[in-house]
Amino acid sequence: MAIKEYLTVKEIVGPLLLVEGVEGAKYGELVEVEFPDGSVGLGNVLEVSEDKVLIQSFEETRGLDVSNTKIRFRGRGLELGVSRDILGRVFDGLGRPIDGGPEIIPEARLSISGNPINPYARDYPSDFIQTGISAIDGLNPLVRGQKLPIFSGSGLPHSRIAAQIARQSTVLGKEEEFSVVFAAMGITFEEANYFMSEFKRTAAIERSVLFVNLADDPAIERIATPRVALTAAEYLAFELGMHVLVILTDMTYYCEALREVSAARKEVPGRRGYPGYLYTDLATIYERAGRIKDERGSITQIPILSMPEDDKTHPIPDLTGYITEGQIILSRELHRRGIYPPIDVLPSLSRLKEKGIGEGKTREDHSNLSNQLFSAYARGKEAKELAVILGEAALSDVDKLYARFSDEFEHRFVRQGEFENRTIEETLAIGWELLRMLPRAELKRVKREQIEKYMK
Amino acid sequence: MVDESQAGEIIKVAGPLVVARGLPQPRMYDLVRVGKERLMGEIIELRGDRASIQVYEETGGLGPGDPVYTTGGALSVELGPGLIGSIYDGVQRPLDLIREATGNYIARGVEMPALDREKEWEFVPKRKPGDSVSEGDILGVVQETPVVEHRVMVPPGAGGTIEHINEGPCKVTDVVAVIKDGDRIHNVTLSTVWPVRRPRLYREKIPPRNELVTGQRVIDTFFPVAMGGTACVPGPFGSGKTVIQHEIAKWANADIIIFIGCGERGNEMTEVLLEFPELIDPYSGEPLMKRTVLIANTSNMPVAAREASVYTGITIAEYFRDMGYHVALQADSTSRWAEALREISGRLEEMPGEEGFPAYLGTRLASFYERAGMVKCHGSEGRIGSVTVVGAVSPPGGDLSEPVTQATLRVVKVFWGLEDRLAFRRHFPAINWLISYSLYLEEVESQWSEEVNPEFPELRREAMALLQREAELEEIVRLVGIEALSSAERLTMEAARSVREDFLQQNAFDEIDTYTSIRKQFFLLRLVMRFYKEAEKALEAGVDIRELINLPVREDIAQAKFIREENLQEFDELEKRVADSINELIKRMGAGEGVEAESATVVSGAAIEEE
Repeated sequence: MAIKEYLTVKEIVGPLLLVEGVEGAKYGELVEVEFPDGSVGLGNVLEVSEDKVLIQSFEETRGLDVSNTKIRFRGRGLELGVSRDILGRVFDGLGRPIDGGPEIIPEARLSISGNPINPYARDYPSDFIQTGISAIDGLNPLVRGQKLPIFSGSGLPHSRIAAQIARQSTVLGKEEEFSVVFAAMGITFEEANYFMSEFKRTAAIERSVLFVNLADDPAIERIATPRVALTAAEYLAFELGMHVLVILTDMTYYCEALREVSAARKEVPGRRGYPGYLYTDLATIYERAGRIKDERGSITQIPILSMPEDDKTHPIPDLTGYITEGQIILSRELHRRGIYPPIDVLPSLSRLKEKGIGEGKTREDHSNLSNQLFSAYARGKEAKELAVILGEAALSDVDKLYARFSDEFEHRFVRQGEFENRTIEETLAIGWELLRMLPRAELKRVKREQIEKYMK
Repeated sequence: MVDESQAGEIIKVAGPLVVARGLPQPRMYDLVRVGKERLMGEIIELRGDRASIQVYEETGGLGPGDPVYTTGGALSVELGPGLIGSIYDGVQRPLDLIREATGNYIARGVEMPALDREKEWEFVPKRKPGDSVSEGDILGVVQETPVVEHRVMVPPGAGGTIEHINEGPCKVTDVVAVIKDGDRIHNVTLSTVWPVRRPRLYREKIPPRNELVTGQRVIDTFFPVAMGGTACVPGPFGSGKTVIQHEIAKWANADIIIFIGCGERGNEMTEVLLEFPELIDPYSGEPLMKRTVLIANTSNMPVAAREASVYTGITIAEYFRDMGYHVALQADSTSRWAEALREISGRLEEMPGEEGFPAYLGTRLASFYERAGMVKCHGSEGRIGSVTVVGAVSPPGGDLSEPVTQATLRVVKVFWGLEDRLAFRRHFPAINWLISYSLYLEEVESQWSEEVNPEFPELRREAMALLQREAELEEIVRLVGIEALSSAERLTMEAARSVREDFLQQNAFDEIDTYTSIRKQFFLLRLVMRFYKEAEKALEAGVDIRELINLPVREDIAQAKFIREENLQEFDELEKRVADSINELIKRMGAGEGVEAESATVVSGAAIEEE
């Protein structure tokens, strides 16, 4: 079919173009926008109504005009060409190489919007991933096929933590093909460069695919970036059988791009101006994590998002938390006190914890021990809050112990080096060591036999 | 069904909404087929010859000029043997068969009958030719699973004399009976269809009176729901809504469970699919899957089908209710359904109500919950059936003042308020006992008095008062410290802590603790309260509070929740031990010994458990 070209742009509003007199345009179709200066950008169809087509341009609309802009409909949606050669390469937010290397000769062209995984085809994630970080492994363990976001704030070291996870992650007792897909949306050059040089330094670049949309790249392109990245991840996981770790950073900028389009379309806004379909839209990204029955590979997602004003009830972290299987929350207070990683373990959560740990996976005492550490730390923190108001003297003797426990817990269990890779045994041992600070009668959540066996 | 020549054409596509022109005889809520791939859709607005259609599948690739076909019928479900144990999407397509046909991803335009057309069921007639029957009468039965006897009923509006009735193997489309009513002949097939948006008919509604026992202590004892009742579970993310829904689906004493995963995580449905065939129902001894129907429209599946999924679910629930079963339906989560309404409403450019939700949100929610209830079914057998609806609500930011929670609270009778503060402390189920309520308490209490123990209602009231008192005392502790409390008050705090930790907290992942029968709940609560009452006496006799708190028998109380259901007599013995060890203290007091507490370590501090 010959590609039709239109010169009938009627309106340009922000990132949106209205074209009239179009025949045969399809919803979601990929569009080429030829600028008056001859450069070509991409866009896609947001709405078709009779002969009017609304297009969202992934390129900045600066320099477009209504008389000379050419629009070509490509007759298909946005696709990503994939092959094994994408490993080790760097692409822009739409999947075009930007590392100076050759074009990819694709084995397949896959639609970036993907299709939902049939819930019946899913396999339950249950392989424990050892990240070497105690606050995660011990208390909020990551499981292969899970989507576990990091809720962070500006100035907190989420990039370092994500890089540490990417560097250290292993599944106990298994040697399998492993790769990292990294998608940057709207982050700064410095942040992106940190990841790239980190990957290069550890030679992880060989098994990584990077999709980079920086802060000064077109904002609307970001809407496609996570989808492009996940399409690559799905190919690696379910066609090539690899275990893929996907890092998406920063989801907040993605949502803001979505809001920009929504506002330009004059849609009825939901909370804080974000579109009412933000939940559904985010779900189509996050739900692309998982395992599939009878397939070797898996997709584990670590989206990173910065919470505006560290507010967990902001729509972006809030809706994310409703979709993902838990969250790792970073605490500014711990960070200020110089604790790395500043993971606030109490509100953090891994929903798949119970499936990934225990006998045969980590160790039989893992679940009880983590519950005991949680409740002891929670009580210690409460005691400390009370002591702030009433003075330490108002605490009972046991609560003084708990208060001390919570300090030690932060310093010995949570805190660790950026290059310190703790085995799960080491993590659990530190946990038991800490519990020795408390009277035995207080240890209600661990079994007596476990105390005998592990609390040396 | 689809007449090729009778087609309209698409003129507009905007997300899940399609506008078509020139449809032959379009009617509101009629099912249509959209585009060359025949995607399922439903007419939701008519303006002149233009019909707005919500499409239940991804609309990418559709464009103006593509055809739209009418089917002449409303969106309906197939009802018949084979429902139990199935997993359907929001418009009742079987996901297991879709996987066989199209692989691991859900492709578009798949047409798949909900019930297996080829499978033969053993039909056992209950009536014989010449019998006169009316609507709702049971013609015969099929043993669908070891626990579910599928009752084939005379369809609504039919009735007369049985001309012919089959016996033996039948497929779902086979005629099992022919009923003659004057000149009219009714062919009754093994399965039937029913439009999802229309409630199924019954003779009369009766007020709920029996408890739906869920095996969850905080629910059954403190905030019970009745069979045929409605409940909602709002809570921020991570507070354990889904775990509670799963626990109810696992352990409720209902005959049939309908679980609707509406806009939630795919892995949660997988968990149910993998777990339920393994778990054994405590009532029947059969795998839980043998009484369960799953509807899965996960968050990444098309948004319009999410809107349909709750109706699909409740229609199936009503069908089993009409057979005389008690059905428990779980919708997780109704907020996602409301958001689907909002999205479609926005695309229709309707004037929005609160927070962008359509103005009819409250009405829609109310009419959905109103389909719950205990009813006298049609049919001469005088069957009683019920549908209990438990809806999870996911308020943004955990803020209960948002429109969906508020509209839900207006209609439901039971409110289980989840709190993330409790969840952070790993107090599960994280139901806040101070804000939750149940309006079925009176009915349930009279049932307890008859069936469990007449003391139960009073015991519950005492425990509740204790928790209330604890909250007041906590205020004082927060202001002036625990030292300001009298010994009696310290004891109250300690006893309340015991109620919380030893009774309310329940571990869903522990093999024994996950389910507690109502009798065991009574014994456990009585044990916990017994300590308090005996300790109060001892305190009056002058025993030191620290001695009471440090009694070794308290560790046994803490372990009592792990007593197996078959060993409930251990509770009597344990209660005696509690009384004995406290009396021992009083006696020693009288003899002038042990006035001073030996150890200075007071294992208390209950006061600062809360914040």
